[in-house]
Amino acid sequence: MSSVISVSNLSKKYGNIQAINDLSFTVNKGDVYGFLGQNGAGKSTTIRMLLTLIAPTTGEIHIFDKKLSTHRSEILNNIGAVIEKPDLYKYLNAYDNLSIFARMSGLKVSRQLLMNQLQMVGLADRAKDKVKTFSQGMKQRLGIAVALVHNPELIILDEPTNGLDPQGIADIRNLIMRLSKEMGKTVLISSHLLSEIEVIANRMIIIHKGRKIIEGNVAELLDPSHTVIDIDAVDNEGAKAALGTSRWATYLQPGKSLQLMMNKELVPQLISELVAMNIQLLSVNSSHSLEKYFLSLTTNSAHVEPFTN
Amino acid sequence: MKISNYMKTSNSLFFSIGLILLSMSSQAQDATALLKKVKATMDKVNDYEADGRMKTNVTFLKVPEAEVKIYFKKPNKLKIKNEKGISFVPKGAVSINLSSILNGNDYTVIDAGVDKIAGVNVRVIKLLPLDDNADVVLSTLYIDAVNNIIKKAKTTTRLNGSYQLEMTYGKYVGYALPDKIIFTFNTKDYKLPKGVTFDFDDGSESKKTATPGNKSGMAEIVFDTYLINKGVVDANF
Amino acid sequence: MWNLLQIELFKISKRPRTYIAFAAIFAIVAIFQFAFKADGQSYMDLVLQSVKDSFELDKSKAINGYFMCYIILNTLLIQVPILVALIAADSISGEANMGTLRLLISKPISRTQLILVKFAAATIFTIFLLLWMAITALFMSLLVFGADDMLIFRVKGEESQIMQITKDDIMWRYFAAFGYATVALTVIAALSLFLSIFAENSIGPIIATVCIVIVCTIISNISVPIIDKNVKPFLFTSYLVGWKGFFYIATNAEGVPIKGSLENWPAIRKSLFILIGHILVIVWASIAVFNRKDILS
Repeated sequence: MSSVISVSNLSKKYGNIQAINDLSFTVNKGDVYGFLGQNGAGKSTTIRMLLTLIAPTTGEIHIFDKKLSTHRSEILNNIGAVIEKPDLYKYLNAYDNLSIFARMSGLKVSRQLLMNQLQMVGLADRAKDKVKTFSQGMKQRLGIAVALVHNPELIILDEPTNGLDPQGIADIRNLIMRLSKEMGKTVLISSHLLSEIEVIANRMIIIHKGRKIIEGNVAELLDPSHTVIDIDAVDNEGAKAALGTSRWATYLQPGKSLQLMMNKELVPQLISELVAMNIQLLSVNSSHSLEKYFLSLTTNSAHVEPFTN
Repeated sequence: MKISNYMKTSNSLFFSIGLILLSMSSQAQDATALLKKVKATMDKVNDYEADGRMKTNVTFLKVPEAEVKIYFKKPNKLKIKNEKGISFVPKGAVSINLSSILNGNDYTVIDAGVDKIAGVNVRVIKLLPLDDNADVVLSTLYIDAVNNIIKKAKTTTRLNGSYQLEMTYGKYVGYALPDKIIFTFNTKDYKLPKGVTFDFDDGSESKKTATPGNKSGMAEIVFDTYLINKGVVDANF
Repeated sequence: MWNLLQIELFKISKRPRTYIAFAAIFAIVAIFQFAFKADGQSYMDLVLQSVKDSFELDKSKAINGYFMCYIILNTLLIQVPILVALIAADSISGEANMGTLRLLISKPISRTQLILVKFAAATIFTIFLLLWMAITALFMSLLVFGADDMLIFRVKGEESQIMQITKDDIMWRYFAAFGYATVALTVIAALSLFLSIFAENSIGPIIATVCIVIVCTIISNISVPIIDKNVKPFLFTSYLVGWKGFFYIATNAEGVPIKGSLENWPAIRKSLFILIGHILVIVWASIAVFNRKDILS
């Protein structure tokens, strides 16, 4: 599998602020690559560097096996992007907006092509309406039409579901699936929600404060054997002691709270045995260790411990 | 000339005073008669319409030579018009119309002897208005007594400085109409009100003029043709 | 490049603010024409007040279409930089404000190209603005007031002058003057474009441009020798009124204007070169700055 994006030792400094710190990652052909991080983690900065909006302080970016700094036009010709908000020319209509950006990508535009594109995002009947009359969702769809009009190989979507209603979010998900599965595009999608990445991405990276936390296959990283079970009982000490002598002892996690880590499939058995042991339960919560870790980044951002399974 | 007259008669004071009085009065009568003749020549013209060219020479005025039409009608209507463009016409130029000076008898005539202009003998006659409040203080006329025409006129005014007319005659001499007039006059210096323009300063130094305030200007009119006594409608004035 | 320029011009043509400038020019010109049609004599009396006792002048002929255009340009060319800035200062900052700049930069167009295209579009806008001025201030005035010889009232150093240009010697001067004004206003366009790189909305660069023009114009008009010699030659605003040089007709020894001549062509040429130099330096600086800029909008 050849790499579409290859980033090595990328850093960006704004004065004394280290926005991106020695970041390396690889996006392979056909990937839907999840770029995960809290707000301010450096997702946008990285994406802007991929699109040459921002110059890296150090490090190298290769896209389509070519160095970005020397093959800029060639590379950008094959990328479609929606960066943050899908802002377009408000005083122009949807058709003109699409036409302008298509021509900027060196495309010979035909009415047919543009209308097809608008049809694809469900805006054909609004083609002659000014963008300032559009809802956020419609702008987002038009933004995607603009990103896709020149049929790029790599599509970069920066927080594409921001500000959308549930239906809009579902539409975007379906679109990304189609792009990847049916059209074989490589997609890089950034988000601050693991749940979003989880359902559409096959590979992902988590960054925090400009550093890589982890990168890998979503299936492996979210392996169900690493499910964390939090138990709250009326008598937590008693319950802990009872579990310590049972067959569940090996899954018991050290620390004050009553926490176990195991395969998610075992959770129903655990619950029934807890009941059988006459432990009075208040709640049992299961969540993936990565999710738990990711959440801890938000609540405890001052001190970050490396992620370990 | 006047002085040499006095010199000649200085041998005997009383005699000479008597002689002066006598000669002045006889000369004055002589001069008045001459003026009458001049006026008669001029009176032959009731009106005229002339084509000419006007050149203006005033330091602050950079204007091209203008083709002008000059209209005159007795007693003292005169108008200089540029039909092809615009022209600055000196206001005193109205006195090109000399008959306005000669009209009426409310001035004292003084014979100031003879002089020469361009080799031609001329009589010098001074006119002093009787009215103390008149703007004109003194007019001096240099008259060609052979043709009964005025060759040169100097006028000093109370308020508008002094101006001078010099005339050259040609084929219209019989009507006392000149072929060329050089009009010398006083004008105030031109001052553009502040703030009217933002000018392009090309960095070149302008030469400072020696005398600020009043300047003398000159206008020269060359008459090419006259249409005499053919009638001029009042609309032209 | 041509494709990009077409896109840029299309965008400008679709913006309502573009037409504000044209409407403003029309309004100012029409007000001038109305005022002079109604009471041009007073203006003439004002400028001629110091010689009104010495000379007579047919004022209704002196207030003609050519003269009107000169008077209008004299006033209007001080305000037009604002109108040029209205569009040129929006070049980059407007895109940043709308959020379209990041999309533009992520297209396969170099930033140098983008600046050049934006500059070209602003220049074309400026040319159209001046064409519109020529139509309204010159041709409309000629229609309303007719054609005749033109009087130029001018202060040269210590003295004031009145110059007269015959009517058959004027039109080419206006063509040259409008050409010169295009170059002068293109400096403003370049300056606005440069300033617009630093801002994320167009108000800042518009105000900055106007302030620079006003401050420099004021300094250009201070008559203190130390400023005349040491500061003025370096201010581009000193050269903005250079179009008037085409109406300063040369005179012969007798003070008679020589038809078809210019009093100081080398000075006009030098001014033109200085203005073109400004344009080149500012556009170059814009390219240099923009290429190094991180797009964070």
